Amino acid sequence: MQTENHLIRKPSLEKLFNYLIGNGKTIYAPKAKGKLVFFDNVTDFGEVTEDYIVTTNSAKSVVFPRTEKVFSYKKSKESTEIIDAADNTYPDVVLWGSRPCDAAAFIPLNNTFNEDYPDIIFNKRSQKVLVLSFSCSYSDDYCFCTSVNGGPGNTTGSDILFTRLSTGDYLAEVITEKGKLLVTENNSLFEPKPEESKEQNLALIKAYFNQEEIQTKLQNLFENPVWDEKSRACLGCGSCAYVCPVCSCFDIQDEAHGHKGTRLRCWDSCGFGLFTLHTSGHNPRETQGARWRQRILHKFLYMPNKTKVAGCVGCGRCSRSCPADINILDTVTSL
Amino acid sequence: MKELIQKAASLLETNVVQVVIGYGKGSADRTRAIFSTTAADCEQLIFDSRCIQNLAVYLTKAEIKKMGKPAIVAPLPVLRSILQLAAENQITDDSLVVLGVSPESELIEFESLAAIETYLATKQIAIEEKYQTTIKAIKAMPVSERFAYWVKELEPCFKCYACRAACPLCYCTRCTVENNQPQWISVASHSLGNLEWHIMRAMHLAGRCTDCEACYNACPMGIPIYLLTKSMLQDVSENFGTYGPSLHRDNTLSSFNPDDKESFIR
Repeated sequence: MQTENHLIRKPSLEKLFNYLIGNGKTIYAPKAKGKLVFFDNVTDFGEVTEDYIVTTNSAKSVVFPRTEKVFSYKKSKESTEIIDAADNTYPDVVLWGSRPCDAAAFIPLNNTFNEDYPDIIFNKRSQKVLVLSFSCSYSDDYCFCTSVNGGPGNTTGSDILFTRLSTGDYLAEVITEKGKLLVTENNSLFEPKPEESKEQNLALIKAYFNQEEIQTKLQNLFENPVWDEKSRACLGCGSCAYVCPVCSCFDIQDEAHGHKGTRLRCWDSCGFGLFTLHTSGHNPRETQGARWRQRILHKFLYMPNKTKVAGCVGCGRCSRSCPADINILDTVTSL
Repeated sequence: MKELIQKAASLLETNVVQVVIGYGKGSADRTRAIFSTTAADCEQLIFDSRCIQNLAVYLTKAEIKKMGKPAIVAPLPVLRSILQLAAENQITDDSLVVLGVSPESELIEFESLAAIETYLATKQIAIEEKYQTTIKAIKAMPVSERFAYWVKELEPCFKCYACRAACPLCYCTRCTVENNQPQWISVASHSLGNLEWHIMRAMHLAGRCTDCEACYNACPMGIPIYLLTKSMLQDVSENFGTYGPSLHRDNTLSSFNPDDKESFIR
């Protein structure tokens, strides 16, 4: 649909939030805990913080939780009963305060979960998520969305994008039918579009590289000392993958209790040594360098080759959270 | 700092060591581990209050061991970990050169691991009062309340295992959580799985943890896991009278003493 622009005043934002709560929506919004800010379940507008660049955790868990029940089963002498989890009703979720990079991440996530087999659980959850994003008016050294076809005011993946104006009020860009429905239901809160331009209220984020150029370069960089050099300090944890809004690898686990049990899918990470360890004891990715290469190639070569969309939105979470300060931007710009 | 750089460079030039594990400039205002292999590389070495990562974790990493004999820049927490690793037969006098850094940022050269023990005897581990107060308050809670407290605190854990990866004493090549026949610890990061993981980790570190807080510093979710290890350190001290690493003592929970005060053990 054609984007519709409106003005929404600051006090009306709270009214909009309360409308959603009143309608039984589960809201995930940025909430401060100590020095960190997390996407968390929020029921009171007062708990929502505006003081963050991006949250520590990504928003992917609203469509891809860290532990997802796939089905449960009950065995008896005669038969085995399977109770499909996808028959469940998933909650109506509102993602409030996502950044344009968070919203953009739903595109590659959706591509992965629908590549050859439409993932029923992922799709059912996705249909019930309303994405209300807020543009970035500031950034830090870790942000590089503009290098991966994104931007501080990018509307991709959002249902409505709010941009804070100099007056403290917000420009509301209504991008999808879902967003339009919310505006229609709350017509009195939305006013005619403001005069002030959006661009002057956005953070300036340097373009460090060009995604298409990196994709071309990577075709011939499989054997290269850069992978060992840049990953030397890597500790082999999974924090980069787990805070990443696009990483979607999972591991299937059966938790059995006698004759009944549950099949779960749990987040997994290519940074772990166990990830590719074969039963024979052979590990095709034996070193952290080989694992770091996989992470970069998957995001910047394999995913764009397959679906035209890179597996990185430039949010910088992996670099901020890395306990050994491995910096993805540092690696990509050194290629 | 100049002294440290000169010493590191000379160790590489004379081929006493093949790599120097130290701190260098990192992203934004952070520092990061750097691995110098030439005297020129050593110019990048820095040391200041931001250098909090415990570099001893690299002494047991296969990728780093391949680089040859290391020298390691070692402020207090790193020295303690080195001593504990030595007590556990992971390193010997011949396997590394320790470039100690005093709390005043001065270079201290150690002749041997025993010399580190002598030095550390004057720098006992002390659990800050604010943590002691918190631990005391948690222990005073009724069981159900304490259980609820930990379920809530551990809820954000998504099992990235950064705590394990950053810990110099978590050097097992195959962790208990990676055993799946049988599956001792649930892989899922639901509340049971998270509790199992953190209890197991704390127990494996009881009597070994040197209170460096690397696990907490590494945790992306900011979970106060240091409360578990600090509390364990206190318990071991109270029950076994040992505190901190030593070359002359067996590990508290993996040694047997015929004079043990518990009768069931005899």
